[in-house]
Amino acid sequence: MRKYLLGNRGRLGLLPHLALYAVLIAIGFVYLYPLLYMVVTSLKSPLDLLSPLVEWVPTELYWGNYARAVRVLGYGRALGASALMSIVPSLLQAAVTSLVGYGLARYRFRGRALVWLLILLTFIIPPQTTFIPLMLRYRELGLLGSPLALILPAALGQGYRSAIFVLIFYLAFRSLPQALEESARLDGASELRIFASIAIPSALAAYIVALVFSVVWYWNETFLTGIFLEGGAATLPLRLAQFAQAYERLYPPGVVNPFERLNEAVRMSGTMLNILPPLVMYFILQRWFVESLERTGVTGE
Amino acid sequence: MKLRWRQAVYGYGFVGLWLVGFALFSLWPLVETLRYSLHAVTVTATGIALEFVGAANYARALAADPRFIELVISYTLETLVAVPVVLVFAITIALFLNLPLAGRGAFRTLFFLPVVITSGPVMRELVAQGATRLPGLAADPAWLAQLPGALQGAIAYLLEAFVLILWFSGVQILIYLASLQKIDRGLYEAAAIDGASAWEAFWKITLPALAAPTVVNAIYTIVTLSHFAENPVVRYIYERTYALQGGIGYASALAFVYFGVMALLLLLVALTLARWAQRGV
Repeated sequence: MRKYLLGNRGRLGLLPHLALYAVLIAIGFVYLYPLLYMVVTSLKSPLDLLSPLVEWVPTELYWGNYARAVRVLGYGRALGASALMSIVPSLLQAAVTSLVGYGLARYRFRGRALVWLLILLTFIIPPQTTFIPLMLRYRELGLLGSPLALILPAALGQGYRSAIFVLIFYLAFRSLPQALEESARLDGASELRIFASIAIPSALAAYIVALVFSVVWYWNETFLTGIFLEGGAATLPLRLAQFAQAYERLYPPGVVNPFERLNEAVRMSGTMLNILPPLVMYFILQRWFVESLERTGVTGE
Repeated sequence: MKLRWRQAVYGYGFVGLWLVGFALFSLWPLVETLRYSLHAVTVTATGIALEFVGAANYARALAADPRFIELVISYTLETLVAVPVVLVFAITIALFLNLPLAGRGAFRTLFFLPVVITSGPVMRELVAQGATRLPGLAADPAWLAQLPGALQGAIAYLLEAFVLILWFSGVQILIYLASLQKIDRGLYEAAAIDGASAWEAFWKITLPALAAPTVVNAIYTIVTLSHFAENPVVRYIYERTYALQGGIGYASALAFVYFGVMALLLLLVALTLARWAQRGV
């Protein structure tokens, strides 16, 4: 009985189990508190917002906030812009960084250490020290506001957080056995062909991991996106940043009735709509996110 | 000899595209920004006009812009507060998730979730609503006023954005978890046979194995916090870029001062932790 409750070495008993779950659930609650708050607030009617009695359970599920937030965000267009601006650069980024990762994993050449140093440098330098000349050059070339402004750097491996993807691909290719590649080489296959027909298929997992991470990071990036897409199609987070102004243009404060003024509930609906697409993607593909680092072996060494 | 040459040709063949990109989209803009920082820059209809001013932009940033200095100091303090919070939280959660619990996959999914949704505007909305404060904590506790001035700001930030700081731990938790799972089980068994308690095994086996990933995680945390679009220094540099007075030249100098401070922070934290890692705790 005692053993059952407390457990012994290597096996946890019932009581430690319960205690651990209690602690994890408590931490989890604090951790997700902002999200819970967002969901609940976004469903409150204007009356619920004012009522001191309503904190966690709205008296009704009020979808009006979402209807207005969809209009204010210009949801359809912004969603399209966000999807385009996260998926296209991610695909290009994955393609180019995998080339780099393969080159570093499979060939020994002078200057490899220097290349690694430069890759680390691109990870560390703040975008603030590079965006101004790029922005000015884009303006000269008429590319400011065009999707190309974000696609070009990604197509040359300088996309958002590309260093991390080089590392992921390097580790993935390094851990592949070389025997198959060697025998293909003896059969006279070219290096590029070996890469395309042997290395890529064996490292598909790394490609998926790189893509999902890259898509959510691009989705959530607003500094460079805001500057380079100035005057072009705004992505969802950029629309959210302008939410209050956009709201007052659609629902002028002096004209609409008090219940239609901008309130927390509408703002939280807008925020919710913003995170919904990456959230859905996360729940569908979650194992590619959370098992990825173990799979690709990204650790301290 | 021939083989070495072949290796180099193919190696650079695969890396080449990236190197071109690096030159065009990282190195050139970096050097150009450095050049701007030494000039007064005027945007004209056809391009830009530069007028050399030496170190004037830097002098102004360091001596005549109290707002910038204030922001950089609070950025430094906030980062020094946030990094240990993130690391300790990530280690704690990773240790929990490494235990043989049913449903730990679900918890792992939960603790990684913020990585997917953390963008500047989303954070701004949540902070504005007071939703990132530790639930149940007073907004402005009385003991805060008793602390010395500089520390007050950093602690107030910790309280106000506590959950937000924790939200930056997702990737770090996974990195720690991966390292924990690589520890040889046999080590623990051997220690147990030698009479070591679980407590001793934790300090002598588990923690030393987490030293190297801690250096990686600290660097990752600092870089992520420093690049975040909602970082006040980042926003200030952005505002200055489009300001009439000073404009691009001045903003470039600010960016390099910021880069310098960030590099010093990275160096400081990485060296401290690396020394700890080498000593084996």
